[in-house]
Amino acid sequence: MTETPLVEVENLTIQFKTDEGLITAVENVNFHIMPGEVLGLVGESGSGKSVTAKSLMRLNGDNTVYAPGSHIRLNVPGKAPLEVLEIKRESQMIQIRGGAISMIFQEPMASFAPALTIGKQMVEQLQLHTDMSKKQATELSIEMLDRVGITEPSRRINQYAFEFSGGMRQRAMIAMALSTKPKMLIADEPTTALDVTIQAQVIDLMKDLVAEFGMGILFITHDLGVIAQTADRVAVMYLGRIMESGPVREVIRRPAHAYTQGLLNALPKLDDLDAPLTPIAGDIPSPLERPRGCVFHPRNPTLQPGSRYETEVPPMSEVSPGHFAALFPEDIPGAA
Amino acid sequence: MAEPLIKVDDVSILFPLGRRLIGQPPMLRAIDHVSLEIPKGSFYGLVGESGSGKTTLGRAMLRAAPITEGTIRYNDGEVDYDIGSIGKAELRDYRRRAQLIFQDPYAALSPRMTVRDIIAEPLEVMGLTKTRAETDARVREIAAKCRLNLEHLRRYPHAFSGGQRQRISIARALVTGPKFVVADESVAALDVSIQADILNLLKTLQRDLDLTFLFISHDLSVVAHVCDFVTVLYHGKIMEQAPTRQLFADPQHEYTKCLLSAIPSLDPDNRQRARVYRPEGETAG
Repeated sequence: MTETPLVEVENLTIQFKTDEGLITAVENVNFHIMPGEVLGLVGESGSGKSVTAKSLMRLNGDNTVYAPGSHIRLNVPGKAPLEVLEIKRESQMIQIRGGAISMIFQEPMASFAPALTIGKQMVEQLQLHTDMSKKQATELSIEMLDRVGITEPSRRINQYAFEFSGGMRQRAMIAMALSTKPKMLIADEPTTALDVTIQAQVIDLMKDLVAEFGMGILFITHDLGVIAQTADRVAVMYLGRIMESGPVREVIRRPAHAYTQGLLNALPKLDDLDAPLTPIAGDIPSPLERPRGCVFHPRNPTLQPGSRYETEVPPMSEVSPGHFAALFPEDIPGAA
Repeated sequence: MAEPLIKVDDVSILFPLGRRLIGQPPMLRAIDHVSLEIPKGSFYGLVGESGSGKTTLGRAMLRAAPITEGTIRYNDGEVDYDIGSIGKAELRDYRRRAQLIFQDPYAALSPRMTVRDIIAEPLEVMGLTKTRAETDARVREIAAKCRLNLEHLRRYPHAFSGGQRQRISIARALVTGPKFVVADESVAALDVSIQADILNLLKTLQRDLDLTFLFISHDLSVVAHVCDFVTVLYHGKIMEQAPTRQLFADPQHEYTKCLLSAIPSLDPDNRQRARVYRPEGETAG
């Protein structure tokens, strides 16, 4: 592989200062995204997937601590590599937010300002990130709205967010996020608040646009079905750590880690209505009582008492080419 | 088929859109000539997207939404009520027999009450128990059935995870010993691993306590796993009604087919595009 990744995340550890002490939200996370690649980040509530995504744009709160040794490197083609965590001035971040990286949020209802028209908001960010005139920006915005399937875009652009339905708002959000032609798109649960039929339309739309614009996407969701439909590679997170990562087919068909297997067993499957739904044993521990060793060990039914997972953090071992799991090498399926 | 516990006969529910100084305001038809029967002891699914009227219909069965036209009857063998024209004393009795489990376990529990008080409140409000000891015994009994740790009864809800909170809301709903329970999107806000746990719990409780469930959900794959019978609603109208297996194996209505095709498949090689439902005379937004 000679191509450079668009984003490289290395040893990312994120903690929050709270009244009750320092809480670790993300611990030692590594991943990269190539241009034109969709990386799915799956996890349940509290897994740290949104915190990870927000760190790429430095959108976490003031009480965030990035541990020493954490790196987020942004390689925009034709520009010098950028260490996102070392940026000091807010003015530099503004060029990244919405320029090099765009983000789509979960709540299409909350993402637009209610008192400004959709068009005003779209044109404003285009003028901020490009040297377009107002007229050019308006024309591009209308074109983008048309592209995401909003009918009568030249009339719709003068409407307010409340005049749009949920699905239309999310599509307008996508149009806005893509109009600056970002190299990288972060989609944080972009379809979770939508009805299934609208979700399907938004997923189809995003696939079309990726094929055309060739940007890298970090797609965050709790829904493995959505991941199977959109992602090239997937990383499964639990309590701030990546448990398993690899090509989406491999991870879903041959999950190596007990947590990924647990997630798949808990999922209702339409092609097998008789399969029992098996919950993952136990509850997610409080963030203040982070387990030692492998963070999943207290809920892992396959472990014997006294196993080394209780005290040692397992490395990411390669299961098959490109497919890694947080297991000691002797526990890799098929290992002697 | 078992006797129906709930019989909905040609029900329409209309809401006024705003007010007019003179004359009638325009009306929104949230439920449009709906009929269905919920057999005793069944797990009955009501499926639809936002705005389909599924919550309104569920609330009407609990006498929490007005019934504009048609009738809803409740008959458990002991009592026979016409929900639309039920009297005050009977309504009090009906509140004990029919209960609701909410969607969001974070919003449904008062942060200022202990778990014991939350579960006991319906008993005290309805005056179903005479002494504190009797209340406590009933609370402990139902808490154990909902697999709650009895030591947790003295704690406050903030100490609990989403799954535990939902078990508390279920215990609260079941403490009066209802026959009919409406579960409105009761697992929608939960993570998959917890969702599986709560669904299994609801099924166990249904068998042990001889309950009839109306399970309202937007999630077809969940409905497919737990319900015996399904009604699909769209814009207040019934699109299709069938036993679950039949509906999923051989959907008849175009809308049901679209809904099924929209569920993201777990198979990465099955990336087909979803069908888009376009009812005649309407354009998709």
